[in-house]
Amino acid sequence: MPIVAFTRHLQRFFPSLAEGHVPGATVREVIDELERRHPGLASYIVDETGRLRRHVNVFVGDEPIADRVHLGDAVGPGDKISILQALSGG
Amino acid sequence: MSDQILLGTRKGTIVLDRKGARWTPRPIAHAGMSISFAARDPRDGTIWAAMDHAHWGPKLSRSKDGGTTWENMTQLAYPPGARFVEQHLPTPDEDPDASDRPTTYKNAALLKVWVLAFGGEDDPGTIHAGTLPGGLFTSRDGGDTWELNRPLWNHESRGGDLFAGNATTRNQWGGTPAAMSYGEFVPGIHSVVVDPRDSKRILVGVSSAGVLETRDGGLTWQGRNRGMLNDYLPNPEAEWGHDPHFVTHCPGEPDRFWQQNHCGVFTSEDGAQTWEKVSRPEVAVHFGFPIAVDDRDGRTAWVVPAKADDQRMSVDGGLFVARTRDGGAGWEIFREGLPQQHAYDVVYRHALDARGGRVCFGSTTGNVYVSEDRGETWRCIGNNLPPIHSVRFA
Repeated sequence: MPIVAFTRHLQRFFPSLAEGHVPGATVREVIDELERRHPGLASYIVDETGRLRRHVNVFVGDEPIADRVHLGDAVGPGDKISILQALSGG
Repeated sequence: MSDQILLGTRKGTIVLDRKGARWTPRPIAHAGMSISFAARDPRDGTIWAAMDHAHWGPKLSRSKDGGTTWENMTQLAYPPGARFVEQHLPTPDEDPDASDRPTTYKNAALLKVWVLAFGGEDDPGTIHAGTLPGGLFTSRDGGDTWELNRPLWNHESRGGDLFAGNATTRNQWGGTPAAMSYGEFVPGIHSVVVDPRDSKRILVGVSSAGVLETRDGGLTWQGRNRGMLNDYLPNPEAEWGHDPHFVTHCPGEPDRFWQQNHCGVFTSEDGAQTWEKVSRPEVAVHFGFPIAVDDRDGRTAWVVPAKADDQRMSVDGGLFVARTRDGGAGWEIFREGLPQQHAYDVVYRHALDARGGRVCFGSTTGNVYVSEDRGETWRCIGNNLPPIHSVRFA
């Protein structure tokens, strides 16, 4: 099961957010599961069209995801997904 | 009379309390976050702040305990299928002789909550939100859930029902420059005025489309642009494409409307059926962003002029407020207590308010000024603040 890490800046809005295992075969599926666990969290990462927010980055391992529109990038059981705010947008 | 002022600023929400003769700021709330608008619901005292997260997207925040604690809310969102006609901005490599380009569409996502307005005493729990990219949202349950007003979204002036298919009418809503800092060029609703006599009667101001009104609670909408003039169109009296910067009215005389438009100051005595231009460029009353109206006397209004469209700054380094007491026929200029040299304050469209004879404004240079005598004399009640987006007496 992939592991998901978050920028600490998201903990300001979700104090219980912590690194942990989240099931999913794609980044989209992982985000959907995160939304079930933390209602409202998805809206901080994607907009209502499902697109990754402009100043948010998601990495699988060390690589930024390729599909910022549908978040269809595949994730494997041993992958680490990092959800980070971009340097831009400050 | 209100003894509290709410500021929405680039770095948080600031509450100022009047204690004796002093206005004292509380520690900043939503520290570090851009707040596009902050206001208090007069019906139940809830304080609302529109958070403009650069990273995490716009969200609402509300406090039910006077600002001590806040609840962040994510429910305001465009529904699936909400689309709008994309604005076309020419690029340097574009062929000006190219044949007509096809209409393109974009799925709507909330870019900014620009203004909040509250229903009347006859309509408890109703709150309206004006947004970019041009949708009006309404909550009927005190902000717990929100719904896009589809009749306005589907209006014939912006292409018709794009949920059902492609545009059936020509889109005449242009983009607002206020969206460009987000990397977009989309319309925005910056003004929502609810008639205190009848909450089903609502007026909205749209940049860049104009003014629209509903009299049936949002089921149908009509343009209210007659008499407005747009100097940037071949026909200044065009039905659409106007750029009101802010629209408001006199609560005590609800049919007396005012607007600070990109092309001057306008007023209406007939409920926005017709507008009259009342700019006086000879005293620098013409360009600017905000306008405020006395809560009882509809002929009294205040503006904080900026120099010009191509010079959006205070006039010649000196800050002043202009007031009319005769419906715009004449304007008085007031400078006492305001800086007159090397002052480059700009006052945004939501950053001026009037209540019970007090007037207050805040600027992009982080200064807040209040008048206790209807705008005749001023004093600074805050400086070194973040750039100020909105000022509202609570």
